Amino acid sequence: MSGMPRESGSPRGIAVTAWVLRMAWRDSRGSRRRMGVYVLSMVIGVAALVAINSFGSNLESAVDSQARTLLGADLSMESSRPFPDSVEAWIGTLGGEQSRRTSFSSMVVFPRTGDTRLATVRAMEPGFPWYGSIETDPPGAATGWLGHGGALVDRTLVQQFGVEVGDSVRVGTRAYAVQGVLVKTPRESAAVSLFSPRVYIPLAGLDTLLLDRGSRAEYETYFRFEDGRDVEAIVDTLGPKLRAARVGFDTVEESRENWDDALSNLYRFLGLVGFIALLLGSLGVSSAIHVYIRQRLDTVAVLRVFGARSGPTMAIYVVQSFAMGAVGALVGAGAGILLQMTLPRLVADVLPVDVAFSIAWGAVATGVGVGVLVTVLFALLPLLSVRNVSPLHAIRSTVEPASRRAFDPVRASVLSVVAVAVLLVAVMQAPSAAFGLAYAAALAFVFLLLAGVARLLVWAVRRYAPSSGSYTVRQGLANLHRPNNQTRLLMLSLGIGTFLIGLMSVTEATLLRQVAVAGDESRANLVFFDIQRDQADGVESVLRAEGLPVLERVPIVTMRLASVKGRSVADIRADSSRGETWQFRREYRSTYRDSLTASERLVAGTFVRTAEPDAAVVPISAERDIAADLGIGLGDTLSWDVQGVEVPTVVSSIREVDWRRVQTNFFFVFPKGVLESAPQFSVILSRAEDEAASAAAQQAVVRGFPNVSAIDASLVLQVFDAIFSRIEFVIRFMALFSVLTGFVVLAGAVLSSRTQRIEETVLLKTLGASEGQVLRIMIVEYVALGLLAVSTGLLLAVGTGWLLALFVYDTPLAIEAWTLSAIVGGVVLTVLFIGAASSRGIYRRPALEVLRAET
Amino acid sequence: MSTVLSVRGLSKTFTSAGRPLEVLKEISFDLQARDTCAIVGPSGSGKTTLLGLAAGLDRPTAGEVVLCGHAMSRLDENQRAAVRNRDVGFVFQSFRLIPTLTALENVTVPAELRGDQDASRRAVDLLGSVGLADRTGHYPAQLSGGEQQRVALARAFINRPSILFADEPTGNLDADTGGHIVDLLFDLNRSAGTTLVLVTHDLELAAKTGRIIRLRGGAVVEDRPLTAPAVGVDG
Ligand SMILES: Nc1ncnc2c1ncn2[C@@H]1O[C@H](COP(=O)(O)OP(=O)(O)O)[C@@H](O)[C@H]1O
Ligand SMILES: [Mg+2]
Repeated sequence: MSGMPRESGSPRGIAVTAWVLRMAWRDSRGSRRRMGVYVLSMVIGVAALVAINSFGSNLESAVDSQARTLLGADLSMESSRPFPDSVEAWIGTLGGEQSRRTSFSSMVVFPRTGDTRLATVRAMEPGFPWYGSIETDPPGAATGWLGHGGALVDRTLVQQFGVEVGDSVRVGTRAYAVQGVLVKTPRESAAVSLFSPRVYIPLAGLDTLLLDRGSRAEYETYFRFEDGRDVEAIVDTLGPKLRAARVGFDTVEESRENWDDALSNLYRFLGLVGFIALLLGSLGVSSAIHVYIRQRLDTVAVLRVFGARSGPTMAIYVVQSFAMGAVGALVGAGAGILLQMTLPRLVADVLPVDVAFSIAWGAVATGVGVGVLVTVLFALLPLLSVRNVSPLHAIRSTVEPASRRAFDPVRASVLSVVAVAVLLVAVMQAPSAAFGLAYAAALAFVFLLLAGVARLLVWAVRRYAPSSGSYTVRQGLANLHRPNNQTRLLMLSLGIGTFLIGLMSVTEATLLRQVAVAGDESRANLVFFDIQRDQADGVESVLRAEGLPVLERVPIVTMRLASVKGRSVADIRADSSRGETWQFRREYRSTYRDSLTASERLVAGTFVRTAEPDAAVVPISAERDIAADLGIGLGDTLSWDVQGVEVPTVVSSIREVDWRRVQTNFFFVFPKGVLESAPQFSVILSRAEDEAASAAAQQAVVRGFPNVSAIDASLVLQVFDAIFSRIEFVIRFMALFSVLTGFVVLAGAVLSSRTQRIEETVLLKTLGASEGQVLRIMIVEYVALGLLAVSTGLLLAVGTGWLLALFVYDTPLAIEAWTLSAIVGGVVLTVLFIGAASSRGIYRRPALEVLRAET
Repeated sequence: MSTVLSVRGLSKTFTSAGRPLEVLKEISFDLQARDTCAIVGPSGSGKTTLLGLAAGLDRPTAGEVVLCGHAMSRLDENQRAAVRNRDVGFVFQSFRLIPTLTALENVTVPAELRGDQDASRRAVDLLGSVGLADRTGHYPAQLSGGEQQRVALARAFINRPSILFADEPTGNLDADTGGHIVDLLFDLNRSAGTTLVLVTHDLELAAKTGRIIRLRGGAVVEDRPLTAPAVGVDG
């Protein structure tokens, strides 16, 4: 006999490769449709990734190419006070074209309907924006409105009050004709208008009383330089001086960077949500391959008997997985591009630029690559068992697969490569590496937790399943435990989507309840602010005349920190070792009173009610969190700049504040007897029993006191609801990918266990089961599976929601039974539907025919 | 004459439910080229286990199998696979055709495995000689049991093996069909000059071979060349 046959030469290697490819193709006969469904489960994930990343790249190029329209000018300066003379002098020397804008909050009145609403008023000069344009409805209004002394208003006002072009809108004592509705404006996205709708009026002729009387304003000057000046250079020299004068500035480059960061964070975050779908899909493919490969064990053993080595034999199935991954990823990329076209509409409200559609091939390639990589890696896990198939299996089908070694180095390395790959993709996709790591960790945690809950539920069903009663019910439940069942995988893959959606619902309900509670009971639900000292009595009498109570009148004094613990704030800000100095720079609105309110609790020291008339240092009370931020405690000294007057104080008490109540809480509370003579304004809290009473009171107050603003709780709730549902919509949309993937994985699982199910059915029918009974067993199985999956997800959602409520929102958990029932019903019915659809043909055809038709 | 299969002191012990179970005890025999041999014995006596060991599908607990000059216990699984591919043919009781391959493709598998790209013509010839010339494109599910076993016979001979193992090749077939398969088996064997090891219950079939090895409880109780008188140790 000759020497050992070996496969060394490369022609031999090519022959082996050819054989592997040929066998991979042939072996897939009869399973290709099934494989198509397996592949579908990762199509969705790849589609999500490709769509979001490709869209993100469109977004980035849109921001880059439209950078100047983001600012609308070459340079802007802004301050919360009129510019000091020094700054005005610099502005004068800068030249170029200039345009001023002053923005402030004020009540606006629509005399035709009598409605009033707190709005953001922007008083403008001609010129700005030079880049990009204000778009209005009707379009012509954008050009002429300033010249005609008219106004432009936000669509929100049209929707809320039925404002029409030609109506008049009153700001302070002046009335303007509404000439158009704002559609799009540079520098701001439409989402802003939810908080406070905008009203554009000319700066010339503005009722300046509104500005003089305490309302917070923003003064801006915009520049355009036609001489191609280096704006960054101007900013480099002027910047420090502007900062010292508390004047902010913005350049095209800066606003481009800001938007770039914000938007890439947004789409990257969405991409991470899409990545869950891809992982789920890969798990689904992996599990389907697990079942598939078990049906191929005979083939593998026969190939081994006739001399196939384990490497090439396993390669057959790796090639098949790769092909599935590649097909899935390509189809996914195609679907992703289609999806990409719909994304702009989904997030148009928060976008400052027009996004032009183009395919970002880099994003497509990444999506396809990640899809194939993840599929093959996940498929390798079940495929490794091919290595251990003994040729003995061919002569004795009962041979158990070679017992798995306690530690399999190959398996362990595949597992670690999978982990590293997932981590890498997460880090690559996340806004930052730390975020990616945290995300991957959280994901692993959620997966493990879901798997744990699934295991527990399956165990419980087995343990507590009825042992008597309807046979169909018992058999249906028992089917969940059939050999090679994918019950737990399905609970996991269906559970993740349910978890995401359930968590969103629970969180929304909890937060809404919290806001609702804040405006409920006999508490204030109507707040008037910016009330001047000489107006407070007048406002109170207007309210009483309207039949509304004055629950509280809170004086407010604005001040800034001059020094903390003897060290001047300028000094602290110059100290670069300190990170965030915002708390030292900000303007504080403090009050004075002789008692704690219902929302406050003393946690340390003594609350001083009234200051000694001749005290050199005033004892004040600090809120706990701000004290921590400023690094101060009991006995520390703070010196305040109260509009030019220095007031030395010492922290005599620390309070804990329940911030959920609107507008009435303070970081610092002074005792009575100190600030009474300081410049101040007031907030008055009242309560209206219904919206009509609230609206009437607001109108009456604004008529008498145009500078006074009002907010009522229903408005807060409405705004909150609108913002939250927008966020929720986007996250739900992403979660939907996971849900869909779960359903596709289910279809794949049913198809992969088809042979087994047929055998069961045939056996049952042979034993005399009617078609009806067989169908009922199937229904019980899928309903039970759906219930188990949905319970897994919802248990975890409610648990997480409860923890969030307890530790983050600090409020009781609120559950909307209706929403949760809808989720349960939706999932169970869909599972039943998909299960039944994928079982088509198993239960109806006569036993014998079914047996013959399937391979 | 060259020794194709040499079995020396072969023992196999399984650990089943924690207890050792000695399935084969010290089996020894030699087969020369062109020998035919039947292994008979009651169910559970170890016939299949012996066949598996002799064909290099498994490793013995003790003893050695030398197959076409290769001491099988010194080879790893992949090397044994190469020996099987080159020198061994196999026929199973339950046919074991690959369901996703056509009859022709099933027959060419062993040839393709050794890199033989033009085995198709020989496979077609072989299928013709088992009477299935017109069924080459059919899948196993479209063939009857007897037809499937005939495809399996063609597959077993495609690589012109030195030795053919058949484990109860007629066990799943009715008597007529089985008879036809046996005739084909012996015809092919004769014309290819292959050594044949046959496991069977069927004494009539066993009688067609040149030697009968009778197993009971894992031990050889009778090893009788059919040309010589029986040397019975036990009934
Ligand atoms: N993998 C195994 N594990 C445990 N026992 C086995 C295994 N394979 C075979 N046996 C046992 O070995 C004995 C011989 O089996 P076998 O060789 O199949 O007998 P035969 O083919 O003569 O019917 C039987 O008792 C069988 O149960
Ligand atoms: Mg046997």
